[in-house]
Amino acid sequence: MYPLDFEYHRARSVDDAISLLSQHSGAKVLAGGQSLIPAMKLHLADPGVLVDIGQVDELKGISAANSTVRIGGLATLSTVAASKAVPAVLAEGAGMVADIQVRNRGTIGGNIVHADPASDLPPVLTALGAAIHISGSNGDRVMAAADFFTGMFETALEEGEILTAVEVAAEQSGTGSAYAKLSNPASGYAMVGVAAVVTLDRGKCTAASVALGGMIPSASKAPSVEAALAGKALNTSTIATASAAVQDDLDDTVMSDIHASSNYRRAMTTVFAQLALQKAAERSE
Amino acid sequence: MSLASKSKKRRRKGIKHTITVTVNQSEFTHEAEPRLLLVHLLREELGLTGTKIGCDTSQCGACTILIDGEAVKSCTMLAMQADGANITTIEGLAKNGELHPLQEAFWEKHGLQCGFCTPGMIMTSHDLLSRNPDPTEAEIRHGLEGNLCRCTGYQNIVVAIKTAAEVLRS
Repeated sequence: MYPLDFEYHRARSVDDAISLLSQHSGAKVLAGGQSLIPAMKLHLADPGVLVDIGQVDELKGISAANSTVRIGGLATLSTVAASKAVPAVLAEGAGMVADIQVRNRGTIGGNIVHADPASDLPPVLTALGAAIHISGSNGDRVMAAADFFTGMFETALEEGEILTAVEVAAEQSGTGSAYAKLSNPASGYAMVGVAAVVTLDRGKCTAASVALGGMIPSASKAPSVEAALAGKALNTSTIATASAAVQDDLDDTVMSDIHASSNYRRAMTTVFAQLALQKAAERSE
Repeated sequence: MSLASKSKKRRRKGIKHTITVTVNQSEFTHEAEPRLLLVHLLREELGLTGTKIGCDTSQCGACTILIDGEAVKSCTMLAMQADGANITTIEGLAKNGELHPLQEAFWEKHGLQCGFCTPGMIMTSHDLLSRNPDPTEAEIRHGLEGNLCRCTGYQNIVVAIKTAAEVLRS
């Protein structure tokens, strides 16, 4: 299977990429290509022009300073999965995407810009309150992950812009985080994914951030679960009660397909919220 | 309008670009259309047919090669993206007529039935063992999640990788 013909441009820098994008309206950005190339081979995507940013070195690498971790948009998922600098939930989520070959090429920026509803990183970054760094011909801007994912395969990225980096707070002692996922056994995509970050002080939960993905069109926070955890000691019973509250955070957009009905996805969201919270609580110790 | 008629109307014909790749320690320069996939560059232009095309949809791993030591699916990469890359295919593993310990172990332990998935299995396990020289059986099975054997001969594949790991460690 061949992609349809396209014009290929290789960017040498972020500025070069932005200039190429402004010259070619409708051009698509190629990073690792693990979502875009399969779509082009199936002729589901047919961009007339590709701007390849894969060799832009300034977008690579992970660096930590002042308790903030900056992950370049081109950092591969296998690099993120192996990183000791990133929060546990991010390494765990990145390591659950597809398989090692795809993770070796796939990038964090490409993954989230694609915004597949069944992707693992959108709920993870939403739970972490990640800052998404964006560059375009109108300058640079930063936005919260929670505002970045706007719908199924849709983000707040404007035409001509590229995602340059993702920033998250380094995990402090007393904080634990985890991602739990019900995978489609054939594709590995998430049917249900729950990311949890909890902070405990003297045995009580002082902060909790929980986000959902896989079962809904785009990643979203679970405020009812967070509220149910506030001030509580985290044990099997409090976690079970808080996880059940996730039902209040799900509306009629819970998806249904041949792999899992919406009722099944709903039921499993409680279960996987419980698994993620248990693991996060253990890791906070 | 169907996709085919749309593309005929467009006929943009991607301008060719020259790329240079190092494959199994030899350098090749090639002029290619942007839509040429890396697996086709290897098989059709360079004649390295050890790398297989299986599902062609990034699932089966038959097309797995190494780029700078990391396993990737060559059906899901444009040849353009490999410009300047250091590639190893199954043909590049044997040195001076001696099979690589992984190849030896797949032979010895009968880690194949029809053999179609074997090059991909070996290249993925090469990456696996470079990250984890002493994997458990569970880690080997998990590490091969991106490779399918339609003969379902996984048991001996796992045994072969375990054996190769021992040889490589000693």
